[in-house]
Amino acid sequence: MARAATTKAASNSSGSAKKPAAAKRTARSTRSAPAKQAMPSKDELIGFYRDMLTIRRFEEKAGQLYGMGLIGGFCHLYIGQEAVVVGMQGAIEDGDTVVTSYRDHGHMLACGMEARGVMAELTGRIGGYSKGKGGSMHMFSREKNFFGGHGIVGAQVPIGTGLGFNHRYRKTDRVSLTYLGDGAVNQGQVYESFNMAALWKLPVIFIIENNKYAMGTSQHRAAAGPSLAQRGHAYGIPGEEVDGMDVLAVKAAGEKAVKHCREGKGPYILEMKTYRYRGHSMSDPAKYRTKEEVNKMRQEHDPIDTLRRLVLEQGVDEDTLKKVDREVKDLITDAADFSQQSPEPNVEELWTDVLVEAR
Amino acid sequence: MPTPILMPALSPTMTEGNLAKWMVKEGDTVSAGDVLAEIETDKATMEVEAVDEGTIGKIVVADGSEGVQVNAVIAYLLEEGESAADIPAGGGDAPAPAAEAAPSDAPAPAAKAPISAPTGDPGSPLATATQAPPEMDEDKFFKETTRQTVREALRDAMAEEMRGDEEVFLMGEEVAEYQGAYKVTQGLLDEFGADRVIDTPITEHGFAGLAVGAAFGNLKPIVEFMTFNFAMQAIDQIINSAAKTLYMSGGQMGCPIVFRGPNGAASRVAAQHSQCYASWYAHCPGLKVVAPWSAADAKGLLKAAIRDPNPVIFLENEVLYGQSFDVPTDPDFVLPIGKAKIVRPGKDVTITAFSIMVGKALEAAEKLAEEGIEAEVIDLRTIRPLDIQTIVTSVQKTNRLVTTEEGWAYSGIGSEIATQVMEVAFDYLDAPVGRVAGADVPMPYAANLEKLAVPQVDNIVAAAKAACYRA
Repeated sequence: MARAATTKAASNSSGSAKKPAAAKRTARSTRSAPAKQAMPSKDELIGFYRDMLTIRRFEEKAGQLYGMGLIGGFCHLYIGQEAVVVGMQGAIEDGDTVVTSYRDHGHMLACGMEARGVMAELTGRIGGYSKGKGGSMHMFSREKNFFGGHGIVGAQVPIGTGLGFNHRYRKTDRVSLTYLGDGAVNQGQVYESFNMAALWKLPVIFIIENNKYAMGTSQHRAAAGPSLAQRGHAYGIPGEEVDGMDVLAVKAAGEKAVKHCREGKGPYILEMKTYRYRGHSMSDPAKYRTKEEVNKMRQEHDPIDTLRRLVLEQGVDEDTLKKVDREVKDLITDAADFSQQSPEPNVEELWTDVLVEAR
Repeated sequence: MPTPILMPALSPTMTEGNLAKWMVKEGDTVSAGDVLAEIETDKATMEVEAVDEGTIGKIVVADGSEGVQVNAVIAYLLEEGESAADIPAGGGDAPAPAAEAAPSDAPAPAAKAPISAPTGDPGSPLATATQAPPEMDEDKFFKETTRQTVREALRDAMAEEMRGDEEVFLMGEEVAEYQGAYKVTQGLLDEFGADRVIDTPITEHGFAGLAVGAAFGNLKPIVEFMTFNFAMQAIDQIINSAAKTLYMSGGQMGCPIVFRGPNGAASRVAAQHSQCYASWYAHCPGLKVVAPWSAADAKGLLKAAIRDPNPVIFLENEVLYGQSFDVPTDPDFVLPIGKAKIVRPGKDVTITAFSIMVGKALEAAEKLAEEGIEAEVIDLRTIRPLDIQTIVTSVQKTNRLVTTEEGWAYSGIGSEIATQVMEVAFDYLDAPVGRVAGADVPMPYAANLEKLAVPQVDNIVAAAKAACYRA
């Protein structure tokens, strides 16, 4: 079977991309100490490894299918950021809800949505989660409490706040995980949401996935103030910076935030310091950062490599991980096959799902 | 079998590109993520990465090659145990590209399908914008009525639905402690408490989005905008989130929500507070748009809107709030969305109206009757889906049509009705369709200018007479 190579952005080695000035941090900004908690069990660690690797391999395959013309439109890959969503899923329970923007494949897989259905949505087939009518940026699963998948930068933030409102209205102790990027934090509706969430003490964890670049604009060129974690300060929302390349640090910070929300203390902000290896979308040549910067992150901070080393240190043998590698590879190959075999939606689907039929 | 490495597409529109430079040579061992080559398009230079590990068996397309087709084989990768001898001869041939999706059995999309009767038929450009009017015997509810203002009727509709369904709640600016900026929500806080009648900060974009999220969680929010002019702050959430998500989710994510508040011109509040948004929302599939005139319709349709599993835009009118009408007392009085009402029968000319224009159209009909013209006045009540059948049936009788609205004529509701009638009842028209609409200017403040900008009874009379070829 033919395989296209994936592409990644060529770096700019001409040196025209200046290194961002180091952002100053205020004393208010706290960085969570990584993995203060007890070391998770071997099984749990292997589970994290499997989940992160599944996202990595899925996204690589998606990039490959995109290169073959099987996936259209925009395709925003999550490669590099896997520890964020896997660590947060490790901190929540059934009934907690998740909403994010358009870099969403990793969130869906982490929520337990099937790789087949996600990949088939990318290829625009009837077997996709939205019957091929939503695409990469718009997928949902009520069953898995995943509420999208939203294409307008920042729009998912009030929606996630509303999901938190919903939990509170129904007098449950469930929490809403509301993901946004370092680009979305400059949208006005984010602050409207912070205000209402804090005012009404809604159980919402705002997870800012700071991968340093809002498309091609680095954080220091777009965001005033020293720390995104402190963007809720005026509303009295606690904020914390977290090493988003360390799944255990993410989990520990997530558990703290979840506890805060479940106790009725209101919203919480976690700024995940993370990095995407690929361009903003598949068609991004990424001239705004250097090859050295990307390589340094991949070589020294890769979340999967780091966890793999840790798992081996904990006494798990190499063969166990190789078995996981093979199983993940098979899962993704199966998803890719399914996504090409599933037919396009029938033309009748053009007309369905515009309105819910009246009860 | 060696794995062919294909020329990748960098965007959906790319068909070919240049292979600028190989970063590896034959015999090199690579692992996933290694850069193999640089390719160029008119837009960008990108690196081609290895997806699998292996050895470069053969480079098929050389450095500097231009116009390399997407999906052409550019090299072969050997896995363990394979050698260059396994590479197929003439290896430059591209394998059958997999870019073509598996064809489905059904015929091509109905983009050019002819327009049939505009009643919700798939294939029609009006597939979800029009519908056959639902059947309902309204008259039986009018045996027992009470005299109520539109304001009271709206409040009672909300109160009755909130009593019947714990998942219904109300939010907006000044809806609770202040009892409503226009006193529509009077008494609701006392009855239902602050958990269900929620004062929001002045933050339309935020609370509209929050309510959409709550509706995705299967709550049934009623969102009051102090006026629909302020809903412009929230229109992204109304259109992109509330209206489109059901479709984008393949039917999973219903959004049972009502956005309501006064719409159109009030009095002497100038351009930013005086605009009709009927045609804005009516444009969008995924929404229903309701605009009642009488108190009875306000009550029956608001109850229907709250029960409807879809996002409903409910356009009220500040000037009407204090007007009184007979309203059925039966709490089961719920009107179907999508059904117009003939509020005055006539044989000479059809006049369509909604919201405050219904009253003006009825006044105009009185004046026309004095001159021997019997106008039939249709209260649209629902703008989307439009009850075009009732309009067409009337035009088949009168052969003349005048549309009225407070909003601007350009791309207005009148334009839509005129077009639809032309499409299906062209042969029944004995005169061009007349449009009475707001003057094509932002609303002026000065009393004399405002009167000129807002359509008046005399404008309707003149348009009806013109349609009847009477001076």
